[in-house]
Amino acid sequence: MAAAAGATAAGVRTVRVTVALKPGVLDAQGQAIQKGLDALGHAGVRAVRAGRYFEIEMQDTPDLEARVRAMCDGFLANPLIEDFRYEVL
Amino acid sequence: MTIGIVVFPGSNCDADTYHAVRDVLGCEAVYVWHQETALDGLDAVVLPGGFAYGDYLRAGAIAATSPVMRAVRRYAAAGRPVLGICNGFQVLVETRLLPGALLLNRPGEFRCEHVRIRVERADTPFTCALREGDILRLPIAHGEGRYYVDAETLAALTRDRQIAFRYCDAAGHTTESANPNGALDNIAGVATVSGTVLGLMPHPERASEAIVGSADGLRIFESLARWIAGRGVVPAPAGAGAGGGAAPAGRAEGR
Repeated sequence: MAAAAGATAAGVRTVRVTVALKPGVLDAQGQAIQKGLDALGHAGVRAVRAGRYFEIEMQDTPDLEARVRAMCDGFLANPLIEDFRYEVL
Repeated sequence: MTIGIVVFPGSNCDADTYHAVRDVLGCEAVYVWHQETALDGLDAVVLPGGFAYGDYLRAGAIAATSPVMRAVRRYAAAGRPVLGICNGFQVLVETRLLPGALLLNRPGEFRCEHVRIRVERADTPFTCALREGDILRLPIAHGEGRYYVDAETLAALTRDRQIAFRYCDAAGHTTESANPNGALDNIAGVATVSGTVLGLMPHPERASEAIVGSADGLRIFESLARWIAGRGVVPAPAGAGAGGGAAPAGRAEGR
């Protein structure tokens, strides 16, 4: 497994995407996870928000970020209820 | 009269829907594989319940990218009737044929039980044999049925009569305890402005024969058969109804 930052192979970039519910949306999964942490004895947990994480290996092009945003906005993230962040490694 | 039932990988209520349509209602029914791109000869399309693509990413999200959904979009734009049941409703919102999103149930649990829903709108292909205020007892079986839209959209849905069904108690009151999943405003089903595309979380195909505990769901399929037979004319609601009157057929606007 290539460990060099950036390219995993010539002309290929890895993009990390995280998708999270928008702040105003009730997060039932996060609440359930918080209950689990509480049951396991982890003190002091004020809140948990649960999201999704994707790693995408894609061909490197000058418009890479625009392509990533197009994948995120409407498919990887539902814009009605979710925000997304991405990081190109 | 032929009703098409779309099958995605992971759909599991297609056979029950087929049975309700063909064996109980007595209409021709055909399965439509998700790779199909033509819906010729179908008088209505049903997106059944299940776990299309395992609910991966978001329920209905990947199914919304299937080739058949491009055809369903054209079909709906032409004013033809499309019914989404449970996962089918989720596919319709992910396809943006219906507004909103269906989120994880508020208690965070899968709810599998009978509920009651109140008919909020009788002038759609799926409710034209019913009256506003009618109560249907149907089973639900879902983990992500909490209907959500922002406040502005909720106001528009209310104004445009797009809320088709609400969860209610036996007396028809839309109480919090009658709401199984925390859905906004007890919304159980939503339609386009014209009413020809409708999605609901409860399962009418699982309540189409008395032997399974309720035949209330058959009335939705009977409405559809009546609407098709009437060649798309929505009759005035049966009995006295507030604001009754035939809606013009074939209005293709959707939201």
